[in-house]
Amino acid sequence: MDPMAEIRLTFFQECEEQLTALENGLLAMQEGETDSETVNAVFRAVHSIKGGAGAFKLDALVSFAHIFETALDKVRSGSLTPDADAMKLFLRAADALADLVSASRDGAVEDTAPYVGIEEEFNALIGGGAAPEEDEFAGLDFQPIVTAFEEPEPTRNLYTIRFRPLRELYAKANEPLALFRELARLGALEAQCDIKNLPFLDTFEPEDSYLAWELRLETESPQSAVKEVFDFVEGDCDLAIESGQPAAAAAPPPSPQEMDITAILRKVREEAPAIAAAAAAAAPAAESEAAPKAKAVVQPTIRVDLDRVDRLINLVGELVINQAMLTQRVLHSSHVRDREVTSSLEELERLTREIQESVMAIRAQPVRPLFQRMSRIVREVADATAKDVRLRTEGEATEVDKTVVELLADPLTHMIRNAVDHGLEGPDQRSAIGKPPEGTVRLAAAHRSGRVIIEVSDDGQGINRPKVLQKAIANGLVPPDAQLSDSEIDNLLFLPGFSTASTVSNISGRGVGMDVVKRSIQALGGRISIASTPGQGSTFTLSLPLTLAVLDGIVVTVDEQVFVIPLTAIVETVKHEPSRIHHLGDHSFVLRVRDVLVPLIDVGAELGVRAPASDLRSGVAILIETANGTRSALLVDNIQDQRQVVIKSLETNYMRVDGIAAATILGDGRVAMILDVDALVGPRHHDWAPAEIPLAKAS
Amino acid sequence: MIEKSATELTREAEFVAFRAGGLEFCINIMSVREIRGWTPATAIPRAPSYIRGVINLRGVVLPIVDLGVRLGLPGTEPTARHVIIVAQVGERAAGLLVDSVSDILSVEDTSIQPTPDVASQLARMFVRGVIAMDGRMISVVTMDNVLPAGMDLEAA
Repeated sequence: MDPMAEIRLTFFQECEEQLTALENGLLAMQEGETDSETVNAVFRAVHSIKGGAGAFKLDALVSFAHIFETALDKVRSGSLTPDADAMKLFLRAADALADLVSASRDGAVEDTAPYVGIEEEFNALIGGGAAPEEDEFAGLDFQPIVTAFEEPEPTRNLYTIRFRPLRELYAKANEPLALFRELARLGALEAQCDIKNLPFLDTFEPEDSYLAWELRLETESPQSAVKEVFDFVEGDCDLAIESGQPAAAAAPPPSPQEMDITAILRKVREEAPAIAAAAAAAAPAAESEAAPKAKAVVQPTIRVDLDRVDRLINLVGELVINQAMLTQRVLHSSHVRDREVTSSLEELERLTREIQESVMAIRAQPVRPLFQRMSRIVREVADATAKDVRLRTEGEATEVDKTVVELLADPLTHMIRNAVDHGLEGPDQRSAIGKPPEGTVRLAAAHRSGRVIIEVSDDGQGINRPKVLQKAIANGLVPPDAQLSDSEIDNLLFLPGFSTASTVSNISGRGVGMDVVKRSIQALGGRISIASTPGQGSTFTLSLPLTLAVLDGIVVTVDEQVFVIPLTAIVETVKHEPSRIHHLGDHSFVLRVRDVLVPLIDVGAELGVRAPASDLRSGVAILIETANGTRSALLVDNIQDQRQVVIKSLETNYMRVDGIAAATILGDGRVAMILDVDALVGPRHHDWAPAEIPLAKAS
Repeated sequence: MIEKSATELTREAEFVAFRAGGLEFCINIMSVREIRGWTPATAIPRAPSYIRGVINLRGVVLPIVDLGVRLGLPGTEPTARHVIIVAQVGERAAGLLVDSVSDILSVEDTSIQPTPDVASQLARMFVRGVIAMDGRMISVVTMDNVLPAGMDLEAA
């Protein structure tokens, strides 16, 4: 990769961060946090994007960011109050900016129409379509003077520039001298350094900024050109540009400023011993004084290639298997029953487990960016459907595996769209039934017993059960005379063929069935459930594994073969009594569990391990619940163990096998199959399954 | 001068020769990743008959193809003396269960004869050509069709 392309890549990565900061800030502002810190953060985000875009000649991006920035600057200076309408515009502009950034990254910006629309709205907002160049100074506390803009002839202007860099300026590798050279190019420059803040050496912080300058520039260029020189250091310095010759600045500076460095050094040398002693005594006090002033400590981070992390995770997976094998072999070899060996092995196991957890934590990411994307979806759908919607998010800091976060985006988008589009009523209808006109969609994440629970709920009309049932009957999904419970009707939404949509590809469009959502959640090892109260809204609950790399399961044997059943699917193991089994003929059996009959599935026969038996009198029945809430019992020969297993893809070198979710490697080094419980119990009514491609595949 | 022109004209390739189902085969050494002894495989449900199952190759789940059965020959009852040739098939890896590995052959391109037309459809799927050498007839196996055909669809 050539260096420029690499810098460009970094720029776009940073843009992502800036866009996140921008959206965070705007949402905080919308919630009423309009303090200068928040507004400044928002302003800085847009400003940085503009600055970087300028370097890459991304003109469309620069001009849009510029107008955005101008409006934000007005907010910053207090001349524009960010009311609800303005905030909506800002948020839409943030979305548009994100679009522009990705369009610029992928090539040229083709359609500028939407951006022009927002630009015009901005112009209207900041005052009758005034030229942005003039507005740029609105935030500064001086009266714009006559500049080259209005002057037909270039005149010589005299500017007095007070410039005091903050330490951030140096931290970002900016150099005042370079700025001065740039200024000198505009005209005759006179610079005077103000060293009155320069401390004595014993309190001198090498990374701090002590110098300030007063610059006098005589130039033909307009004030905007002067200001442009400082564009890249804006926010990192105190800057005042005044035209004419201010009287105060012209007066000779007071005596301490006239001291030259040599004089200071001489003075320091004379006074140093005494000062050092005093400073030593004062130091602890000074430190404790300084501490509260320090900004919130930012945890240092590094960017790492995902490949490297994954390689590490794979290796640790090997380590876990190897450690289990070692333990098993040592304990099984009869002559070693040494207590020290045993305790060392236990220590090794503990360490291995800890390493594994730490490595997994590297991949864990908060769901915040995902939730932020959803707030945009809500705005878009709300605009398109003319509804007033507020998205409330909870638990954004909840951490989940990166892959899970990524693969959740599509299903979650779809659920949010559904909630706004189908769940919430229009504002008029809401007012009519006594609800606040603004609908609420709630998106919450939380950790619960080793899984991540994500809830999408709305306070809308709830599921219209008669309508759902009617549609299901019309589509031939249930017989016309079916008597279904409420939850059974709700679950009809997840049936393939319920939705009228024909293709999977337009997940971002409307009308894709919930079955696609359900299957992508299942592909992640998750489950989805639905609860709805008519007139009060619906809640979709997703339960997802924290990681895709390991799962808890029980190890069972069927005809000498070892299988793993995911623990999440298991309800209980059932005492196996022949009297509870009813043979329905054709190798079909049902098991009575507390007066409820559930299908009893012989795992061996189902997977073709052995021929279907005509009676199932031996073995252990395991009651499982599939993702759609139906229960079945699996019959296996024995339960061996419950353990955490590392998931290994069977598809890498082989192919997908119906009824098998993945493979794993057991303590003895042999491969065992992890059962895909849903596919196993559903083969009789899943003839639709092979024809459709899951939306997202866990790899 | 004569030697030089000889090496320029003929291209040599190396092949690993092995026995499976009582016949001699060989495979281009470039597609062989390693050769290891037989370890019991875990059966895969609903797999074709020539898939013996999967083994754990240092953490990778590796399918094992009984080459004899794949070629329509009698199946192998594997013992500790049997051998797995771990071969690369495109992006995937697969193990070939064979009776034994005999030697490594250096063969000139010109001495590989195309598979005769009389050969069955099945044989032609896997056999790229035949090497006649020291009175032995050795079939050159290509790995392309060794794994089940449905896989490419699933791979996407």
